[in-house]
Amino acid sequence: MAKGFYTDTTICIGCKACQTACHQWNELPAVNDGQVELTGNSYDNTGRLSALDWRHVRFIEQFPEDRSQDGFLHGSRWLMMSDVCKHCVKAGCLEVCPTGAIIRTEFDSVFIQQDVCNGCRACIAACPFGVVDVGQDGKAHKCTLCYDRLQHGMEPACAQACPTDSIRFGEVSELMVLADQRVADLRAEGVPAYVYGKEEIVGGLNCFFLLVDKPEVYGMPADPRLPSDNVPEGLGLSALTAAVVAAGSVVAFRKERMDGMGGEPPPDTGPDTVPHTGPGGGSPGGGGPPPGVDLVAFMSAVHGANETARGRRAEPKAEGGCGGACGCHA
Amino acid sequence: MGSNFAECHPVGFRWAMKARERGCKLIHVDPRFTRTSAMCDLHVALRAGTDIAFLGGLVNHIISHDRWFKEYVLHYTNAATIVAETFQDTEDLDGLFSGFDPESRRYDTKVWAYEGTVAGQPELDKSANQPPAKEGQPGVDFRRMPPRTDPTLQHPRCVFQILKRHYARYTPEMVSRICGCSEAQFLQVAEALCDNSGRERTSAFVYAVGWTQHTVGVQYIRTATIVQALLGNVGRPGGGILALRGHATIQGSTDIATLYNLLPGYLPAPSAQVRAHDTLEGWLANEMPTTGWWANGRKYMVSFLKAWYGAAATAENEWGYQFLPKNVGDHSHMPMFVAMHQRVLRGFMAMGQNPAVGGQNAVFQRGAMAQLEWLVVKDLFVTETADFWNAPDVEDPSAIGTEVFFFPSASVPEMDGSFTNTQRLVQWHEKAIESPGDCRSDLWFTHQLVKRLKKLYQGSTNPNDAPFLAMEWNFEEVDGEASAESVLREINGYTLPDRKLVKSFGDLRDDGSTASGAWIYTGIYPEEGRNLAAARDADEYVSLGWAFAWPANRRILYNRASADPSGRPWSDRKRYVWWDDGRREWVGYDVPDFPSTKPPTAKGVWAKGGMDALDGDAPFIMKPDGKIWLYVPSGLVDGPLPTHYEPWESPVDNALYPKHPRNPAAKTFNVVGNRYIDPGDPAFPIVISTYRLTEHHLSGAMTRWLPWLASLMPELFIEISPELAGERGITNAGWVTVATPRGAVECKALVTRRMRPFQVMGRTVHQVGMPFHWGYRGVVTGGVTNELAALVADPNVTIHEAKVFMCQVEAGRNAKAVLARLEDAPRPVPHVGRRERQAAEANIDRAIELAEAAGSPAEILVEPPFPLDQPLGVYHG
Repeated sequence: MAKGFYTDTTICIGCKACQTACHQWNELPAVNDGQVELTGNSYDNTGRLSALDWRHVRFIEQFPEDRSQDGFLHGSRWLMMSDVCKHCVKAGCLEVCPTGAIIRTEFDSVFIQQDVCNGCRACIAACPFGVVDVGQDGKAHKCTLCYDRLQHGMEPACAQACPTDSIRFGEVSELMVLADQRVADLRAEGVPAYVYGKEEIVGGLNCFFLLVDKPEVYGMPADPRLPSDNVPEGLGLSALTAAVVAAGSVVAFRKERMDGMGGEPPPDTGPDTVPHTGPGGGSPGGGGPPPGVDLVAFMSAVHGANETARGRRAEPKAEGGCGGACGCHA
Repeated sequence: MGSNFAECHPVGFRWAMKARERGCKLIHVDPRFTRTSAMCDLHVALRAGTDIAFLGGLVNHIISHDRWFKEYVLHYTNAATIVAETFQDTEDLDGLFSGFDPESRRYDTKVWAYEGTVAGQPELDKSANQPPAKEGQPGVDFRRMPPRTDPTLQHPRCVFQILKRHYARYTPEMVSRICGCSEAQFLQVAEALCDNSGRERTSAFVYAVGWTQHTVGVQYIRTATIVQALLGNVGRPGGGILALRGHATIQGSTDIATLYNLLPGYLPAPSAQVRAHDTLEGWLANEMPTTGWWANGRKYMVSFLKAWYGAAATAENEWGYQFLPKNVGDHSHMPMFVAMHQRVLRGFMAMGQNPAVGGQNAVFQRGAMAQLEWLVVKDLFVTETADFWNAPDVEDPSAIGTEVFFFPSASVPEMDGSFTNTQRLVQWHEKAIESPGDCRSDLWFTHQLVKRLKKLYQGSTNPNDAPFLAMEWNFEEVDGEASAESVLREINGYTLPDRKLVKSFGDLRDDGSTASGAWIYTGIYPEEGRNLAAARDADEYVSLGWAFAWPANRRILYNRASADPSGRPWSDRKRYVWWDDGRREWVGYDVPDFPSTKPPTAKGVWAKGGMDALDGDAPFIMKPDGKIWLYVPSGLVDGPLPTHYEPWESPVDNALYPKHPRNPAAKTFNVVGNRYIDPGDPAFPIVISTYRLTEHHLSGAMTRWLPWLASLMPELFIEISPELAGERGITNAGWVTVATPRGAVECKALVTRRMRPFQVMGRTVHQVGMPFHWGYRGVVTGGVTNELAALVADPNVTIHEAKVFMCQVEAGRNAKAVLARLEDAPRPVPHVGRRERQAAEANIDRAIELAEAAGSPAEILVEPPFPLDQPLGVYHG
């Protein structure tokens, strides 16, 4: 039975308890021992998900010049959202992992076995959400859905620490019922809420989100693609061919993404220039995701701005996809 | 209002989110758009320091639109009570109440009394700094008769009519003019509040230090009291005024009294300046009303003295009353540091406190510590206070003679103990792990200190040492530490001499046969082995089985008011506690806050005193007349009704009372480096607020040393609107220098539309905000925001005004240049060599001799009779 997170962003207070609980439980050290610079990007001083930050709270300030407000989440608003690995039903990282280090667990979560990972980086390029990262140990890291806790009947540390239950852990199908009800309630209030992570999004996300604006506003792709999307139908999908074909397609995919990273500096007026779609800017109807946007442009907007502002190490250059490290080109 | 609930109390905010999911409407009235505003249906921005105008506007709206809850107000408040002719309102006297003495800047509060009552104000020495004790509402003495009332509310001097006149000018236009919010927004809040109050519905106010930290802080909360009383939102489920406390158990440390002017259980501390306090009988007569619940005060005081002094407390020696130290002035934080600066106070123990960063006018406070002989700091890390002598502005640390002792502390999971939260809920926590190294709990430290001091004092015949020798100290000891449960048992109380635990404060006696460390906590440990603070039996509603809420495990105070005067619930929807006619007692979901079998129809007999004096429809039993006080006849020093005064430092004049821009009775401190900014000073045109973030705790002493937390908010910043940033050429994440006459601080800019300029009295007023978590030690460091704030205070409780003052901002890192420009620049910690120190000590000894000879130690504080190498620290109080 699939376990996952339902993250209701409308009750996220941006306290970052999830980030801290995650760091503590998983014994992840703070970047540079905590001595980092203020980013100037609202209250976000973490920047992105990484090998050391498996939870990341995004802050999106949307304020018209007159600061007018007309009810909950209408007009002036400050969106907060705790991002995490989606533990996709069809996981790009798992598709491309040539060593079998990335496995699907008995909880249907996606887990990287550290002792098997050889640091080839294929998974980094294959993840459409920018979740996986290689750490100083040369291996790929991301949220484990607290696999060790789950095996002992405990919920993940972040969900337990969340004071408002913005992060809920449980059976995905049951969580989805809760989310659908919440969407209905919010829509009755006129809030354009929807669930991001139903089947349209890479076959479904075991860790899905309730959002009130376009996915890209939260740094999520509106129409994420998987490496296997490029595999022609009818081709026998043995694990090996999948890996080889996927790796190939990833190179192109990844190249496209990196090229799009313009690295524009953050605007002097602070984070107020994040596009604001306003009420009704979300899904046009039903509970599904809104129309897609250009993925390249989106990745550029999100990663380019964040990383330049933060001045942290850039993501590894991905000309070779796996960089040849995995030996798949040999 | 006055709280950033989501950011500063995120765990409690869980319940606000639950309420919203169930349809509760949340409104945030606050100068900034914070993470709390983000969660609310409506955010109303108002200029910092103008909440009384806004709340006063609500009072006016409720009265003028006839939205008040008539039956509730008539029966449960003092609306009908007639006030003495000697009272004159601010509307009559251009912003002053009657009784003001301009020279001492104090009110003679007797003139505000109810008609025909004896206003037994404590006799105060004019030069004294101590306000009359507040808990227990001393001073209203209705011994002769109950106060006169006019139930038609037509008498021109009845409270209702006075209230109506007082707030008549607080119109929506005036609110908008002063606060800078729109009339429409104000009316939206007013209507939402009125619509959501009455028989079927209730509304609650939540506040924190955004209301208290003002020169009119107490009056902020008082205004909310008036609003809630008029709307019938007190003593009922979903109602009330909730004070969010600033630390995990700050409520507990008020209850068990770390405040200088209180003994445990809100018994006023004796003062040398109140002649009545010379004897226990005088103290009782002065402090304990004869009607209402406080008439039991003698039992609580005697039991308290028995808990402290045991066998040494006897009927013959006034139960040891004379062992209690007496206050000789205002010994709260700021006056204490003034005394320190004057070398009157020579030793200081900072346990869980970091005044080098957290204290207002932090340069002054560090300078004060440089005058100490010794300083003990007990904390988790070597804080800025432990390292004050090594602050960046100290040129020569070797010139500072203070001897500093640092004791590493154990942290919460390393000790047994309790937290008392904002709901008065006492929750026990157990030791989970051993402390590293030599880290010790405060309980261990205090216990060991007392044991050692007891040994030192042993056999002393000096009468000054008698109190210490008399003090009973026989807690169970486990591994050198006093058992926390044994302390809780003493707090709960027991009978004497058999030491059987008492079950409630009803068991306490005034004949020395019971002891109780804090009467309000009795029942928390009702029998051996039953620590109710550790109880964990929750249910879906009131959860009486979860922990223990003082008093008597009662979750909502004054809950008799959840029923109508005849004892029936106001509505089925809001039923909570009611009179059961069949059983002839009060029943309900909570522990009734009323004599359990006193029927709603009971008529009080005044002459009998105590609870017998009050009627069956008088729910507010801690008041001598059983009513909510819309108008406060006694107990406050700056007025019986809240009045809008501008902050001590303000960009504008007082639109309501031009002659009195500031609280006329505010406490000011005329000490070096503490120059105030005059109203409207163009050199300092920007309003500033200081505050906390979720990611750090107060001065950062618990968080800045932890890399995980440090990295979440790594640097000091100023939140500034794009409009002001544009005017000053300030860029996002660029450097900014912020200056006041007290100091200059460099920080990064966070340019955001969450901040906004205000249109106030026809002009644009800019406002900025700065968190105050950084200092010069720890994993991440940064400027000390509190170096900007001034020493100035509310006259009732001496709380500072760091929530609003004036400043100047400019782009770049120019603190040194700006400091040099300031005409009264604060000097670095003053040089004190050995010769100066010896001279000062000789002076102090001479001063004490003189004072003792004169029989008035109070004078030391008020006017040091010896020369100082600094301007005199004479402060108004």
